[in-house]
Amino acid sequence: MSDVKTIAEPVQEKLVFDRPKSLTKRGFTYCPGCGHGVIHRLVAELIDEFGVQDRAIGMASVGCSVFSYWFFDCDFISCAHGRAPATATGVKRAHPDAFVFSYQGDGDLASIGMAEIMHAANRGEQITVIFVNNAIYGMTGGQMAPTTLENMVTTTSPLGRDPILAGGPIRMVEILANLDGVAFAARGSSSSPRNILKAKAYMKKAFRSQIEKKGFGIVEILSNCNTNWRKTPQEANKFIDEEMVKAFPLGVYKDVFADKSKK
Amino acid sequence: MPRIEVIKESCKGCQLCVPACPHGLVLFTKTEINQMGYYPVEYVDPEDKCTGCMLCAIICPDVAIRVYK
Repeated sequence: MSDVKTIAEPVQEKLVFDRPKSLTKRGFTYCPGCGHGVIHRLVAELIDEFGVQDRAIGMASVGCSVFSYWFFDCDFISCAHGRAPATATGVKRAHPDAFVFSYQGDGDLASIGMAEIMHAANRGEQITVIFVNNAIYGMTGGQMAPTTLENMVTTTSPLGRDPILAGGPIRMVEILANLDGVAFAARGSSSSPRNILKAKAYMKKAFRSQIEKKGFGIVEILSNCNTNWRKTPQEANKFIDEEMVKAFPLGVYKDVFADKSKK
Repeated sequence: MPRIEVIKESCKGCQLCVPACPHGLVLFTKTEINQMGYYPVEYVDPEDKCTGCMLCAIICPDVAIRVYK
């Protein structure tokens, strides 16, 4: 009828950030502010980016992340305590085409599962390990872990961790980087948006090292346990940036891709 | 205009997104309570200051923020 356009054209809105497809719709059961949620999201985003959701098989650890099979929309195995790398070895050898990753905490990987992670890394198994380090046993009520910082107060070290009595924090990534079978070893942090994006870049390389059959990939991510640290989520992330990074320096410790390409 | 949407039923009120926003558009007002019993954060942007930088969404541990551009 009339040629005059009276209505402005609707602005096309684009959804640029949403829940990744590899996460189920179920809400996380973690405490408010817990770093597990961020790390779950990063893993799911990378599964989507590499397009391996249909052949991804995850290994859940024992600890707070034991319920990760509820949250990831891919195959999952709930492994015996600490034995996720051993289970992953079997799965990967039976299904060489599958994308196999384990998601473990520090009580699982650095304490009871020390033997399994060392030998899986030394054999150079084609698996990816996501190691979440919060320096404490979160699920069982805040006991001292192998990664607890010196003089840090926990329920089983009420006067602070005594290095003469209980040793110092174990630096797993540095130890594993010395093994020949390891293709990528790095440590990131989930304390700030900047560190989260860096951690995602590390995890991407660890995923690539499996997909391109370079070898074992491990990424350690410092996370907060604000409930057992008796801090607010903001204070807990500040504690990571100020105290934890002194004992656990961030960075790449081994990288097979470094010589060929910068990115 | 870029904007964010807070999924109130997913938010646990950890307030990590509040200092993450460079313009202070995410507020912890304690005005309503969700089914889980937490106070969700609120997105208040009357002057359209949001740039869609996604910092709040990246730090959110419960994927409770959607970003539109």
